[in-house]
Amino acid sequence: MSAQNWNDQRIEIIIGALLRTGVMLAAAVVLCGAVVYFARHGSEVPNYTVFHGEPENLKSVGAIVHGALGMSGRAIIQLGLLLLIATPVARVLFSAIAFALERDYMYVVITLIVLGILLYSLIGSSG
Amino acid sequence: MNVFEFSALIGLGSLLAGFLGALTGLGGGVVVVPMLALLFHVDIRYAIGASLVSVIATSSGAAAAYVRDGYSNIRIGMFLETATTVGALAGVAIALYVSSNAIAIVFGVVLLYSAYLSSRHYVDDAHLPSSKLAARLRLNGSYPGPHGKLSYNVTGVPAGYGLMFTAGVLSGLLGIGSGAVKVLAMDQAMKIPFKVSTTTSNFMIGVTAAASAGLYLHRGYIAPGLAMPVMLGVLAGSLMGARVLVKARVKVLRYLFAAVIVVLGVEMIYKGISGRI
Repeated sequence: MSAQNWNDQRIEIIIGALLRTGVMLAAAVVLCGAVVYFARHGSEVPNYTVFHGEPENLKSVGAIVHGALGMSGRAIIQLGLLLLIATPVARVLFSAIAFALERDYMYVVITLIVLGILLYSLIGSSG
Repeated sequence: MNVFEFSALIGLGSLLAGFLGALTGLGGGVVVVPMLALLFHVDIRYAIGASLVSVIATSSGAAAAYVRDGYSNIRIGMFLETATTVGALAGVAIALYVSSNAIAIVFGVVLLYSAYLSSRHYVDDAHLPSSKLAARLRLNGSYPGPHGKLSYNVTGVPAGYGLMFTAGVLSGLLGIGSGAVKVLAMDQAMKIPFKVSTTTSNFMIGVTAAASAGLYLHRGYIAPGLAMPVMLGVLAGSLMGARVLVKARVKVLRYLFAAVIVVLGVEMIYKGISGRI
């Protein structure tokens, strides 16, 4: 049992470091987007008092990537936020692999259920 | 106020929220929504979207620090995430149908409850027998104590699972991490040692928030211009808070932050009832 816990912890440390890198990368992308956004729209008047929903080009994964490649500040920020939302998804994916390596198949199934729910939310629910 | 000034102010407020949240262990996300809604008059739906993003940033950003100590239990976390993520999807579905005022009232109640929980002292129960279900699910574990490894047993799995579903619903509905409810479920219902439940809760928060963040993104709740200063501010603040955590005397700060949460909670309920949110 203690050997198993030790292995769990070693895997967790690696996953933790990966997550931190993912968050820092996401923050860097958001920061780049912010610079472009401020340069273009910095002197406009913000209005978030009335909810009207974000436009289509900031709502789906494909459109966000397309907009970011076109150097739209808001799309680059949104791409960074997508990267950020992907970090817990990556964590769950790595956990599934780790459980498979330990031959703990009950937890492989449990982890894949969580992964399926996350992927549904991130990709499957758009449209 | 132009976009630049607006972003700078929100970034500063979020920095403070993240800093105090990490320092007091109450989480910064819980004050971000009321700050945006009450101070900056942001529509609560945009506020929820921005807050969710910052919750993921704090959880994933702190994960490395938490797991190094060996307190978190990945099996407990993963098993309970099947409840919190389904709960989060349900929370988003509810959010799409209820009014902003109703959300504000629920938010206020959760704020008051979080403040109440933070004033309590946790005492870990002595070594308990494991329940059959917990043993089958291999939830029992151990963590480093002052004199070597301490093992613990888990019980009350169905009650904890139900509470976790509720935590997920609140997270999806309100855009918060619901760390308080998660700790309650693990600490009170499942009798998991406090250090294990708080660190395991931290990594569950990010996964739970990610389950609702995707849905909100596709529905246009996540406004990049607003989420940007909130995410960067809360992340920077919580990393700073984690640094000074060891040295600072947090007791007074804890009461102060709890008092702020109470005031925000009352204000949210008042605004929600009077229909001005």
